[in-house]
Amino acid sequence: MKNTVPLQLHVPEPSARPGQPPDFSWVKLPAAGSVTRPDIGAEPAAIREHAFALIRVLDDNGNAVGPWDPRLDPETLRRGLRAMMLTRAYDNRMFRAQRQGKTSFYMPCTGEEAIGVAQAMALDDRDMTFPTYRQQGLLIARGWPLVDMMNQVYSNSHDRLKGRQMPIMYSSKEAGFFSIAGNLATHFPQAVGWAMASAIRHDDRIAAGWIGEGATAEGDFHHALTFASVYRAPVILNIVNNQYAISSFQGIAGGEHATFAARGLGYGLPSLRVDGNDFLAVHAVTSWAADRARSNLGPTVIELLTYRASAHSTSDDPSKYRPADEASQWPLGDPIARLRAHLVALGAWSNEQHAQLAAEVDGAVRDAQREAESYGTMGVGEHHSPATMFEDVFKEMPWHLRRQRQELGF
Amino acid sequence: MSMVQALNSAMDVMMGRDDKVVVFGEDVGYFGGVFRCTEGLQRKYGTDRAFDTPIAEAGILATAVGMGVYGLRPVVEIQFADYIYPATDQLISSAARLRYRSAGEFTAPITVRTPCGGGIFGGQTHSQSPEAIFTHVCGLKTVIPSNPYDAKGLLISAIEDDDPVIFLEPKRLYNGPFNGHHDQPVTPWTEHPSGEVPDGHYTVPLSTASVVRAGEDVTVLTYGTMVHVALAAVAESGVDAEVVDLRTLVPIDIDTIVASVTKTGRCVIVHEATRTSGFGAELSALVQENCFYSLEAPIVRVTGWDTPYPHSLEWEYFPGPRRVAEGLRKAMGG
Ligand SMILES: Cc1ncc(C[n+]2csc(CCOP(=O)(O)OP(=O)(O)O)c2C)c(N)n1
Repeated sequence: MKNTVPLQLHVPEPSARPGQPPDFSWVKLPAAGSVTRPDIGAEPAAIREHAFALIRVLDDNGNAVGPWDPRLDPETLRRGLRAMMLTRAYDNRMFRAQRQGKTSFYMPCTGEEAIGVAQAMALDDRDMTFPTYRQQGLLIARGWPLVDMMNQVYSNSHDRLKGRQMPIMYSSKEAGFFSIAGNLATHFPQAVGWAMASAIRHDDRIAAGWIGEGATAEGDFHHALTFASVYRAPVILNIVNNQYAISSFQGIAGGEHATFAARGLGYGLPSLRVDGNDFLAVHAVTSWAADRARSNLGPTVIELLTYRASAHSTSDDPSKYRPADEASQWPLGDPIARLRAHLVALGAWSNEQHAQLAAEVDGAVRDAQREAESYGTMGVGEHHSPATMFEDVFKEMPWHLRRQRQELGF
Repeated sequence: MSMVQALNSAMDVMMGRDDKVVVFGEDVGYFGGVFRCTEGLQRKYGTDRAFDTPIAEAGILATAVGMGVYGLRPVVEIQFADYIYPATDQLISSAARLRYRSAGEFTAPITVRTPCGGGIFGGQTHSQSPEAIFTHVCGLKTVIPSNPYDAKGLLISAIEDDDPVIFLEPKRLYNGPFNGHHDQPVTPWTEHPSGEVPDGHYTVPLSTASVVRAGEDVTVLTYGTMVHVALAAVAESGVDAEVVDLRTLVPIDIDTIVASVTKTGRCVIVHEATRTSGFGAELSALVQENCFYSLEAPIVRVTGWDTPYPHSLEWEYFPGPRRVAEGLRKAMGG
């Protein structure tokens, strides 16, 4: 059959470019509390619509409503608020430290704090995490020392990674936080492998992986879903949809005609889409997925809808590709402001307490920074000896590396 | 022009001359690439000739092969050479062998541009020099320019070439002839003779090396950033070296290499990539096979160490002018 019209290539375009007014009319917001909460044993086929819905708990007045309300006590909520505020204060300081020339690079998670923090709190501290570079909130919520994180950012003498990795490429076996990879998506199927191992060994720990919506285009994303599905691995597969990769919007990653959660459906995986700026909703869906995994019911795909409020990294200038005021128009608001409003609505928080907490976290970050800088900043003060460069390539250093180390003068 | 502008100009010229040339990759469309090499091309030629892709290097290479089969000339960007590995099956098993397996019926005339090399504190995933991986693949051409004039002329040749070309761009050279003295400012390309780049179409043929400094005592075989490092080392060591910028690694200009080494009788090979099984190993074998009876001293290699590229110890890793000068003295028997 002959075609009668010339074929056209479709190249997705975002709703607004620099100089245009932000347009989020395409974000469909169901009322908080309106999405059902299925039993964890539900057949994936019976809950397909959850991949297109948006699970929300916090309403516009800061009240927790509907079946997904995790009913966390005020003490837990305040801990969550503190960890999110600490994460933001940490990000702000480290971003500035890069601008001051104290390190080479930094990546903040501004606007996405609920994801690392609420999810760390919903998981067990012994569960293994395979994050991207934007889940520093996991480490912070698990109480990992800021000084240790800063030592890494500064590549200083106390950096456990010996200055080898770019800033923010943390690694902490003790905190159940897998070594961050620069190569996008590679860790996502590794999370599945870890979970399969836990099942092989009849362990009780589960795994969780995170990936940006941009990186879901990589083959590794699909390997993760395939293996997780085939072996019913005890793993939570989180897709953080923060609207942008670097300059390209989520439509370029394939988000124009289907949600990212819907990717899970083709693999027969239960897939939930959640308001990623709603601390309670994020906590609730993560607990649901963790319970499933712990009950041998297998993996869950979660799409966390959020917005990258800051630059991709210190090397990026978002005003080149998106409207400057877009972040302020994001319909899901700010995760910290929303949890704060909830605590106030509960009568469990005051402006004074908030101001006090803000000062406390700032102080904690400042103290940590002072200590970390006493161990050196990048290129200034103490750092690891060049001799260490040749270590850990192999367990035992072969002759040729010993010879090269000698050539360097060590 | 800077090297960024020269590369941009090459793509612009080719898109203007040949509507079968299409440019795509991560962030290359509206934004113009993270290093700005494709800036303005989408505005000028439209979204169906210069566009953003999903973050999927295998997908980028696979669709490029398909477009090549159709008859287009895709010029794709892999954002960093360190991120080309997901695409290696498409490159090695498909792009490189399509002509052979179909006895010339199908071909993939694609150009894969990708920034390589260190010098920007990019750590192990923004600094690699993986050229040897590609030179080991039969059917791929591998090109690596060292200045804006060559970059434009070579890129045009690569795009016009009917075989797949891996086009490695030393990112530390994008804005100036960096010579390894990282504590000194780099003069911009506009103050360098090779920064004089014609606006229109011209080519620098593939497989031609360039003698960038004539000398009598020792031949330096090098390419990319290390051309400038070698020139600095030669100046600082006072050795009368002949510096050969190879420009194309496969198929290599063996005649220029043989002529130079036969003349000088000594050879130092310099590359930023790791040593073991690096392209220097091939060069060393070629020199040994072709110039054995002219050699007066063992061939010397100066390379990156056999470790991943470290972040903060970048300059201890980088084979800078001091190490290259040591290599020159060693070749001279000193
Ligand atoms: C394999 C690979 N390709 C390309 C890159 C370069 N890169 C780094 S981050 C990034 C964007 C990632 O976007 P997304 O997955 O949405 O995560 P986000 O940064 O928004 O959190 C790109 C293209 C990379 N690191 N790895």
